[in-house]
Amino acid sequence: MSRPVQFNNHVKFEGIPEGYMGEGFMATNFEKVVSLARKNSIWPLPFATSCCGIEFMATAASHYDLARFGAERMSFSPRQCDLILVMGTIAKKMGPILRQVYLQMAEPRWVMAVGACASSGGIFDTYSVLQGIDQVIPVDVYVPGCPPRPEAILDGFMKIQDLVNAEGLRRRHSDQYKELLAGYGIQ
Amino acid sequence: MTNETIKQKLTEKFGDQLTGWQEPYGMLTFTAPKDLNLKVLQFLFDDTELRFQFLTDLQAVHYPDRKGEELAVVYHLHNLIDNVRIRFKVFTDMNKPDVFSVTALYQSANVMERETYDFFGVNFVGHPNLIRILNVDEMDYFPMRKQYPVEDQLRIDKDDEMFGR
Repeated sequence: MSRPVQFNNHVKFEGIPEGYMGEGFMATNFEKVVSLARKNSIWPLPFATSCCGIEFMATAASHYDLARFGAERMSFSPRQCDLILVMGTIAKKMGPILRQVYLQMAEPRWVMAVGACASSGGIFDTYSVLQGIDQVIPVDVYVPGCPPRPEAILDGFMKIQDLVNAEGLRRRHSDQYKELLAGYGIQ
Repeated sequence: MTNETIKQKLTEKFGDQLTGWQEPYGMLTFTAPKDLNLKVLQFLFDDTELRFQFLTDLQAVHYPDRKGEELAVVYHLHNLIDNVRIRFKVFTDMNKPDVFSVTALYQSANVMERETYDFFGVNFVGHPNLIRILNVDEMDYFPMRKQYPVEDQLRIDKDDEMFGR
């Protein structure tokens, strides 16, 4: 005897892009399809250094569930991930290492700075803490908080999804992007 | 083994060279001239009754008011068999902060002396690899000395009003 489903029955469906449908085919904008696929299957790299990493663990656990946004597979190898979530205090000694991990990521790649320490050094305005990871790598979304609540991390993740959706296919080859990377000393 | 017996054995061997006998919170503390630090530690290690064979901590303290002996290197020793702890201090001048390294006696002193060098600039003579351990290698100052302001005064990207400058 099966019980009817009581919870989680208002499931949101991601709509299909507008296009011309026919018998067994659909013609639509390629960018729309690719963006739809990319934004709903972001594989994050959790670069968790301190307390924000614990909040990330809570976000990825079942109550706040990051996996429902497509981040089911946390890749711990930068070669196979799309988004690097930098969570926690990055010391000046760790800066080159973080940069190396960022360089190993393949395009398209996004960076999310979670927490006050990754965004700006947080309360640690000292000789040993990097005052924000944007001193070494370009960042897409900053999530403030000390630590941010899981809902805030999810909100940041959704903003990354919006960025992925709006990005388009040629951004990574554009001159503006190359200039941005050159500003950080990255080829 | 009480503090009195330890003090008695030490004064039998070293006499008046050991000064500054104190017992804060019941832990015997004494000071020696910096040339004797290895000899005192060796004696405490080898003696069959005072078997202080565990170096719990090796750190430095900067006393800016004590001219001529600003940097104190502090050794915390523990006798694991009889459960007794003592503290042993050595003072050295800031301009010439050379202290003999105790890595020959205690292997744990290797990293602890590197950390003390990194933060206070104490030069441990005879250390196998005295380089910075926790800070970036290019740093040219010693952060824990009490001669710097707490925040970097040259910062331009933080709002002075909000950060109390």
